[in-house]
Amino acid sequence: MTHLAEIPAWAAVLTAVLLLTGAVLTLIGTVGLLRFDSFYQRVHAPTLGSTLGIGCILLASMLFFSVLESRAIIHELLITALMVVTTPITLMLLARAALYRDRTEGSDEVPPPPSD
Amino acid sequence: MRPAMSRWLPYPMMTATLLGVWLLLNESVAPGTIILGGVLSLATAATLNTLGLPGGRLRRPRAAVSLLLLVLVDIVRSNIAVAKIILRPGKGERVSGFLRIPLDLRAPYGLATLACILTATPGTVWVAYDRSRNTILLHILDLVDEQEWIDLIKGRYETRLMELFE
Repeated sequence: MTHLAEIPAWAAVLTAVLLLTGAVLTLIGTVGLLRFDSFYQRVHAPTLGSTLGIGCILLASMLFFSVLESRAIIHELLITALMVVTTPITLMLLARAALYRDRTEGSDEVPPPPSD
Repeated sequence: MRPAMSRWLPYPMMTATLLGVWLLLNESVAPGTIILGGVLSLATAATLNTLGLPGGRLRRPRAAVSLLLLVLVDIVRSNIAVAKIILRPGKGERVSGFLRIPLDLRAPYGLATLACILTATPGTVWVAYDRSRNTILLHILDLVDEQEWIDLIKGRYETRLMELFE
């Protein structure tokens, strides 16, 4: 907090805008999680937070610390890369588990498995 | 083809990536960091070799960069689209559903990249992949026009991924 005075105004404003955008997107995603009806619709909502939401927050972090320390701080890119590579695994696992459950229960909301 | 090369450097791209990750984490390009990172990434790639991962190479780096930019734009666009759907007042007029898409892409890393792209763009979720028929089952939040989605995924991503990986 003691370093805040050293940050030029443009960087502070840009950081704040990026942080707020990321936070708002994540909040909208969470609202969607509440508002949507079925599991398959709900699974879409939090991806707002895990894509552009976290992207904006990481950009803010990169900008803030790069300006503060007067050198390029880019190891946040690793977080981005690892998020992009690992999120599909969790989502696919959840979606396939739900699909398996619904097919077992004989729900007509889901497509049947492809038949030969 | 080159036994010595493939023995000591089985996955050149993977080794280079691991070294890059190591340097980024340490935030340093000092000789000591490079040597230690180099040894670690060579050892990790050699360990992966015993797992017998499918090989594959990225053919056109420039096309990969343009695909990355395209996906970044799509991520922003679909974030806005999904945010609008969530904030739209009232209930019930959402048409979402499953969509089965036949694919021509078969390269394993191409399919993995397609999964990352579809997950990273809100509004589409990869549900299942059928290896024998080479189709994917997606769930789409805003499924108004099925053909439009099929054209989008096949035309926008699949052809580019096939250029890159096949």
